[in-house]
Order: sequence, then structure tokens, then C-alpha cells
Amino acid sequence: MAYTSQEILEGLAEIVAEETGLPTDAVATEKSFTDDLDIDSLSMMTIVTHAEDKFSVRIPDDEVKNLTTVGDAVKYIEGAQGA
Amino acid sequence: MSAAPASRDVVVTGLGATTPLGGDAPSTWAAALAGESGARTLDNDWAEKYGLPVTFAATLKVTPDQVLSRPETKRMDPSTQYAMVAAREAWQDAGAPEVDGERLGAVVSSGIGGIWTTLDGWDTLKERGARRMLPMTVPMLMPNSPAAYVSLEFGAKAGAHALVSACASGAEAIGYGLDMIRAGRADVVVCGGTEATIHPMPIAAFAASRTLSLRNDDPQRASRPYDVDRDGFVIGEGAAVVVLESAEHAAARGARVYAKIAGVGLSADAYHITSPDPEGTGQVSAMRRALQDAGVTSHDVVHVNAHATSTKVGDLTETASIRTLMGGEADHVRLSATKSMTGHLLGGAGALETLFTVKAVSERLAPPTINVDNPDPELQVPLVRGSAEKLPDGDIVALNNSFGFGGHNVALVVASA
Repeated sequence: MAYTSQEILEGLAEIVAEETGLPTDAVATEKSFTDDLDIDSLSMMTIVTHAEDKFSVRIPDDEVKNLTTVGDAVKYIEGAQGA
Repeated sequence: MSAAPASRDVVVTGLGATTPLGGDAPSTWAAALAGESGARTLDNDWAEKYGLPVTFAATLKVTPDQVLSRPETKRMDPSTQYAMVAAREAWQDAGAPEVDGERLGAVVSSGIGGIWTTLDGWDTLKERGARRMLPMTVPMLMPNSPAAYVSLEFGAKAGAHALVSACASGAEAIGYGLDMIRAGRADVVVCGGTEATIHPMPIAAFAASRTLSLRNDDPQRASRPYDVDRDGFVIGEGAAVVVLESAEHAAARGARVYAKIAGVGLSADAYHITSPDPEGTGQVSAMRRALQDAGVTSHDVVHVNAHATSTKVGDLTETASIRTLMGGEADHVRLSATKSMTGHLLGGAGALETLFTVKAVSERLAPPTINVDNPDPELQVPLVRGSAEKLPDGDIVALNNSFGFGGHNVALVVASA
């Protein structure tokens, strides 16, 4: 069963909150991981590892650099489901 | 006694700890003076699941998840978490000194390193494959992680170091901090030791070396240095950190001073990988060098915090060494074996026992050694049993001994301020 984009956003927000200590509502679609949420590359890879696990998707390292905003990640995960 | 030149004096201005006796330094010290035990039966199924011969340990009284933020506990190995708790307390206790980061050092040791992270990572790899390995695994497991995080926390740029010498590590870290200040490389150094090894693998490994007490039916009575019925050490966890400062720097900012760290002595047995040299040659050398370094003599020493882990051979070797070094002067020493209460914090032990020695000198109280129902007749130094004992007024000097697997010997001299 595929996750909706809203479910992915909520799940991703929980992962980011665990990693950074930010409140989940700070993890909004338009936010940039680096510029707005101050997430460094190691944290980003940690978030990716947890997201792959949670949503049963694969996010190749080459794709991670294209995931600038939270919305980019939600969109990628949504498209990668069932792939 | 002849004091070292004032410009080289190094003082202790801050104390911090998280231990089986308490979540901070004051509660740990109060429990030690009261003769409490931090040992308890483990509340998990390890013994059953893995056939562990030991079912108890001296676990932390206050776990770091009650103190640190959730992201911190996820990013730091438990050994680093404990060190951070102790370091923040010590820093605040010192009055959060204003110091140029280039003149501030961090020296925090662990004897074993991030073993929880190492073993969790191996479990993840075996069970779920490389793709699930967390990216923070390496910075969490590296044994310099506690020193690095403490350096990051306070902006310590004079150097961040992690000296490893098994159960002498925490004392060696403080000795190194002393040397950094004396050599003029720093004015303030946050230093200490930490350990987090209450995990079934290290417990099984220590048990395999036949060094752990098997008194499963009575954990609080298991750690009994110098008692005839001692049967090994009780594994413990925790951290202790002290803030060292040049006397000049501390005076300039009007800091409260607990005591001086007046000297350090180091030696290696080069005898056996785990057994102490039965002649005690290395232990005597370390203590002698420490006293010489401090410019004091055996006559000045009123208190020794013994390494004394509650093993058959180790405890007696140490008191024989003290007797060899001090001769008749050992009769007026008050010897305390605080591992009887805290268990053995391994890489944290030397730092915690230095903290105890600093408190003993500043409050003129030698903490008790508990569980000594029948003192070993071969014990060669007067032991503080049962309850704390008063130390003399005036200028006093105490020693902390810490010895480690590998033949590492560290002695630190603590002098009244």
C-alpha cells in the first residue's frame, strides 16, 4: 500500500525531528534541508537511511543531492514507492 | 613541604560526574561519604539469553536520557553522553570560565571506547545489510569521541586528546591536562574519563578473564576490596570530569578553588598484559615520580585513594607498593577504596577517584571502604572502613592511584589549596 504525500511529509517530519530536535511542524514542504533546517551532510544521510527504512524505498546517493527541500524529498519518495 | 613555583601551580575549579551513586558530583560524593553501594541486579534477560555468569553491575543512578536532548542521545555513544553530562556540570561548577578557546583544552579518555555503537553497528550489518548502517556510526564509536564532543561543546582549541590506558585512562587524562597547563599550552583544561560497557559482550569478556565478582545473590556486598572474601571487581559505568586551571588564571577571575593537582607520576610494568608485577616496581615508580613531581615526600601524604578493584592479587600488590615506597610513613595514611561503592568504572575510574581525592582534601574527609567484614591480614596500610574519617587540618597531600590492564600505572598528587 502506497503512502500519500501527506503521510510521507508527516513521517519525514518525525524522522527530521528525531535527528535534529526541531519541532515536527518546522519541517514544512518549502523548507530547505541545509539553509532552513541546518542539516549537515551526515545528518542528511542519516535521515535518508531512516526514510528508506520507513517507506521501503531506495534513495540512491546520487539523488540525495537533488533533494533540496522537504517537498523534493516527499515527491521523490512518493514516486519511488513500488519502484 | 616544598611547594612548586607558584607560576606552575594547577588548581581544580570545577567538578562533574554521573555515576552509579548519583547523577552529579555532589550527590555522588554524599553517597560515597554515606557508604552506599551503586551495584544492582541487571533488569534484562542477558544472563538467561547468553548464559552470563554475572547478573549485576554498578549502573548509572540517573540515565543520560533524563538530562540530554533526544538528538544528543541519538548522535553520541553512551560513553560520550556520560562524558557530556559530567563535563557540562564541571564547567558550570567552575563558573563557566571566560577563556580564549586557543587557551582551552579538552582531555577525555575512555578505556574501551564506543562499544555499544560498535556492537549495534555489527548487529545492523548482519541482520539488515550495509544500506542500513547509520552514517554517524564512525564518529560515535571512535574512542576520541568524548574528547571531541567536549572540545566542540566549549570551543576548546588548544587541543582535544584521548589517552588510552585501560583502567588508568581517566587519571592519565587529568595528568595530561596538568602537563598542558604547565607547558604553557593551555590555561584551562576540561579533563576526565568515561566508560559505558554495561553490555553483555564486555561483561562476558571480563567474566571470561575471571576478574569479575560472581556474588550474584548479593550485588551490594560484592565489591569488597581488602576483605578476605573478595572475589573480583564489579563492572561499573559513568564519567567524571574536572576543570583544571592555572592558579594564576583562577586567581585572576576570583574562581573558587577545591585543591591543587600538584604532580603526576607515570610508569609501565612491562611485566604481563593483565597481571600487575607482583614486586610492584612500576607502581612504586609511578607514586615516587608523582611525589617528586609535586615536590613533596611520603611524610606529607595523609590519604590515598587506592586503585583497589576487589581482586585477590591486585589489592595486596598495591598496599605492598605503598609500604615499599613510604616505609613507616604509611602508618599515618588513611587508605580508601571507593570502588567498594561505585564499582569499577574502567576508563572513568581514575577520573572519579581523582574527584573523590580532591573532595577528600578540600573537605578533610576520607571516604569509607564498605564491605570489609574481615580485613585481609596482608593489608599493609591503615584502611578507612565503615564510615568516613577526618583528615588533618593544615597543608595536606593525598594520592590517587590508577592502574590498568597492560601494566599502566598513574599516580596523581592532590594538595590542599
